[in-house]
Amino acid sequence: MNRSRTRAALGALCSVGLACLIWEGFARSGLFAPALAPSLTLIVSALGRMVLSGAMLWHALYTLYRVLFGFVLASAVGVFIGILMGRFRRVERFFVPLVSVLMPIPSLAWVPVFILWFGLGNAATIALVFYAATFPAIFNTWTGVRSVNRLWIRSAEAMGADERALFQKVVLPGSLPFVIAGLRQAFARAWIAVVGGEMIAATNWGLGWVIFDSKEFLNTDVMMASLAVIGIIGFTFERLIFQTIEQRTVSRWGMVKTVRG
Amino acid sequence: MHQIELRNIALEYASTENHVTALQDVSFSVEASEFLCVVGQSGCGKTTMLNIVAGFLKPTKGEILIGGKAVTGKGLDRGVVFQDFAQLFPWRTAQRNVEFGLEMKGISKEERAEIALRFLKLVNLEKFARSYPHELSGGMQQRVAIARALAYNPAVLLMDEPFAALDALTREEMQRFLVDVWRETKKTVIYVTHNVAEAVYLADRIIVFSPHPGTVKAQVKIALPRPRDTLSVEFLNYQKEVVYHIVERK
Repeated sequence: MNRSRTRAALGALCSVGLACLIWEGFARSGLFAPALAPSLTLIVSALGRMVLSGAMLWHALYTLYRVLFGFVLASAVGVFIGILMGRFRRVERFFVPLVSVLMPIPSLAWVPVFILWFGLGNAATIALVFYAATFPAIFNTWTGVRSVNRLWIRSAEAMGADERALFQKVVLPGSLPFVIAGLRQAFARAWIAVVGGEMIAATNWGLGWVIFDSKEFLNTDVMMASLAVIGIIGFTFERLIFQTIEQRTVSRWGMVKTVRG
Repeated sequence: MHQIELRNIALEYASTENHVTALQDVSFSVEASEFLCVVGQSGCGKTTMLNIVAGFLKPTKGEILIGGKAVTGKGLDRGVVFQDFAQLFPWRTAQRNVEFGLEMKGISKEERAEIALRFLKLVNLEKFARSYPHELSGGMQQRVAIARALAYNPAVLLMDEPFAALDALTREEMQRFLVDVWRETKKTVIYVTHNVAEAVYLADRIIVFSPHPGTVKAQVKIALPRPRDTLSVEFLNYQKEVVYHIVERK
């Protein structure tokens, strides 16, 4: 286990190192003017400058606030609706066409509408995140509830479980692999939506806003530094939070295979 | 008074093509602490019958009495063990699986743990109380399922081919083991199987089902002392008799 973990870390280091090398080669190739393709040293120093001044922290905190607000709301609503859809035919019949039509609309297409409704600022971006994250949560939870093994239900009923116990102690844990997958996907979409939303709808703060704003002053080093931070935060959530939850629950129970690498 | 009594049970349903009679006029009774096996070809309705006794299906006609009282639907007076290992809850340890029925009964946490451990001991799995189902072998999982069905103390144990998915050696071991558990707990058992040797080994009495429509065709009382010698002439004669009833045409 430990050995394979070291090996995976080494592999990750190699691929990141290679990507850096390629970037450096690209930056020094003269394909673009140095101002447009900053070298790694410039990017790292811009990152260091922004971290030290505290600006990066505030940009990241604003973005995190928006994404988490929207994501938590979307998870609660999405899981709730998904469960109702899986349990009640009528709810299912009502929501399936709605979800099917709304899900394929890219969340960014809504930005102008949300700006008109909520104005520039937090509300429009949070609404966007909420929109992006709700549908994967609904869809996966619904699938999860429907895929709960019938034998578990029968066994529980034979042991005297009423509707409530059946729901809390069988349907909920039984659909957890799908719910977690859904939340994972919802977060990935939320993260894409928040950066995109900030570019257009945010003012003064947020990682997406920094990138867009830097364009005006040709601060490509700041742009690249912010992109790196976006990548790192997204990766942290995926690895540290979702993977840990998965390992402690559904993988521990043998309901899904453990992901490595 | 019989422990279980089925009176003229029938089950009919309409499929897309035609009207199907799955069970017709099924009547038999089981005495308290009796081990009854039900055998028959696949599709003869034996599992359907068990599902009706368990309360998962409602019969179109007839009634079921348990302890003299008519029952409809499920109840804690019956424990059920299925064939599929997947019947255990994968998110619960062996002990917490066994505790499930006790939880539904509202028994306190300490008492639940004590009872669950006692039944895990009965199935020789007390060392695996904290293991999750996927960490156990098929035979061990079925033993947990048996402990789980016994823990909340139902009078009747309904078993649907619980050992059919096990390899031959484990199956034999489990059959010996089940006889011990049955003698110790004195439950009334209805055990559905298509394996005639298994039925002759386990049962006090065997009921043979015939298909189209599923109904009781014959009954064979097994008057052999336990533990039974599966290679004795008497044992083989019983097997022959049961097989004869299964394959014989009307």
